Amino acid sequence: MTTAGTAPAGSVGRVETRRATLFTQDQPLILESGQRLAPVEVAYETYGELNEQRSNAVFIHHALTGDAHAAGYHEGATRPGWWDNFIGPGKPVDTDRLFVVCANLLGGCMGTTGPASPNPETGDPYGLRFPLFTVGDLVNVHRALLRHLGIRRLLAAVGGSLGGMQALQWSIEHPDEVHSAVVVCSTARLSAQNIAFSAVAREAIMRDPNFHGGDYQRHGVRPDAGLSVARMMAHITYLSEEGMRRKFGRRLQDRESPRFGFDVDFQVESYLHHQGEAFLKRFDANSYLYLTRVMDYFDPFGDMVAAGAKLERVDTRFLVMSFDSDWRFDTAHSRDLVRILAAHRVPVTFREIASPHGHDSFLLEVPEYHRTVASFMRRMEAEAIGGVPGDGPGRV
Amino acid sequence: MRPDLGIVADMVPRGSRVLDLGCGDGALLEELIRRRGCSGQGVEVSPDAFHACVSRGIPVVSADIDQGLPDFSDGSFDVVVLSQTLQTTYRPALVLREMMRVAEVGIVSFPNFGHIGLRLNLMLRGRMPSSRLLPHRWYETPNIHHCTIVDFEELVRAEDLVAVERVLLNSSGGPAGPWVQRRPNLLAAGAAYLLRR
Repeated sequence: MTTAGTAPAGSVGRVETRRATLFTQDQPLILESGQRLAPVEVAYETYGELNEQRSNAVFIHHALTGDAHAAGYHEGATRPGWWDNFIGPGKPVDTDRLFVVCANLLGGCMGTTGPASPNPETGDPYGLRFPLFTVGDLVNVHRALLRHLGIRRLLAAVGGSLGGMQALQWSIEHPDEVHSAVVVCSTARLSAQNIAFSAVAREAIMRDPNFHGGDYQRHGVRPDAGLSVARMMAHITYLSEEGMRRKFGRRLQDRESPRFGFDVDFQVESYLHHQGEAFLKRFDANSYLYLTRVMDYFDPFGDMVAAGAKLERVDTRFLVMSFDSDWRFDTAHSRDLVRILAAHRVPVTFREIASPHGHDSFLLEVPEYHRTVASFMRRMEAEAIGGVPGDGPGRV
Repeated sequence: MRPDLGIVADMVPRGSRVLDLGCGDGALLEELIRRRGCSGQGVEVSPDAFHACVSRGIPVVSADIDQGLPDFSDGSFDVVVLSQTLQTTYRPALVLREMMRVAEVGIVSFPNFGHIGLRLNLMLRGRMPSSRLLPHRWYETPNIHHCTIVDFEELVRAEDLVAVERVLLNSSGGPAGPWVQRRPNLLAAGAAYLLRR
């Protein structure tokens, strides 16, 4: 790993996104729906060194709008990856000892095959002809990447929000491949309110006159108005009431007195506009539709009889965490997950952390949160690599 | 490990699935899991003790047991342990009820406030009693609901529970001598019970 001269201490330094074609026409990705998809190319990054036993790999699962660039600096960049405070030398996911993999999700728009990719049958972008997929499919693509990298078992699967759903899914379906799972401000099932927010976001996109049934690329336009409104609304759900009050209050933007009109007057409006605009530069509207929909349908414990049978085999050690000001996926979501895991004898550690920053807390440097993850990761490392006994015969 | 934890550990059947309420740094669970074939889970409210459990690899849920045990389903454990913690809860009866909802067997240990040393402390010196098992001053003690052996057994009956086994403790937390059996409420410094629904 080369270290950029400008990278601050504790950084993984200069990094770059790599690409791998994991599925081809001859060996397509078979989705849970039975549909076939090929080719599938995946953008990913790695940090740290894989040890000789290949036992120190940690998979970082990104959330709805993340990408493969979790830590370090791309060439010429001044801002690091999206989880740089969490991943690096001496950080909770310590790259001095761990080998970290982060990949852009299937259906995404940051280098992995998604609805903006060309459909090999027509040469045009897939648009809404891209098949619907599940969290299980996201995980199966990650598993293919691991095989490509020559890794059979993860020390830990780690993620917040949609990322946590992937870590959960992987552990339930393939417990032999995951020693431990860190699931932060996530859920095993979206509530009606969660789905409602996603539904309105999708409506904003699909009702944009430039949407053209998802074929906006062929029309040379983009549903920017819809996508930015979707992002603005989602952003409100990522912050807390208290956090917004602290950050903006009723302060005006660059003014002493209100203009009494419909233009941006309040700081909070200006902030949301900025968030909406900035999002357009990096995100594709169809990807937003697919990746919100994949969350709506996620319900691994929907059929509790079938799930219970699967959970009987799970010996993955779970760390579940929530934040007290998060109302997107509040603590009740995490506690439901804890109750189900504990009832099926899956070893689970849980803690709610105090933080005023709402759902976004998982991306921020909240000391108690980082301390807990660091302790947990150290212990898991000792068990999976150092031969320290786990908690007894595995399952609790 | 503290002697009273050793006594509690001896009461847990080998290979049980154990929930330890107020598990502290996880020492009891570590003993049960690593040496007695048990599996288990702790509940702890103190952040430092929580971290100690995480570092030991003991699964632990950070929660206040006075709020009940909403994270645990009916009958999802074989044994629930409440060791030297009953007297620190706001609602001891509720905690006992929740224990016996989550498992068929409960193990409860507590300091006996009827012990002669404590009685004399109050009677002769007119001071709030303290002892090796109860080292805190009155204004900083976590112990807010003291009881005697007689009091506890009354609660057990009132809750329709059966005390299957009782071990009396001396002031070091070890097993009390045979002479203590004659007047447990006066002579035992503490007690550990195995309860069934």
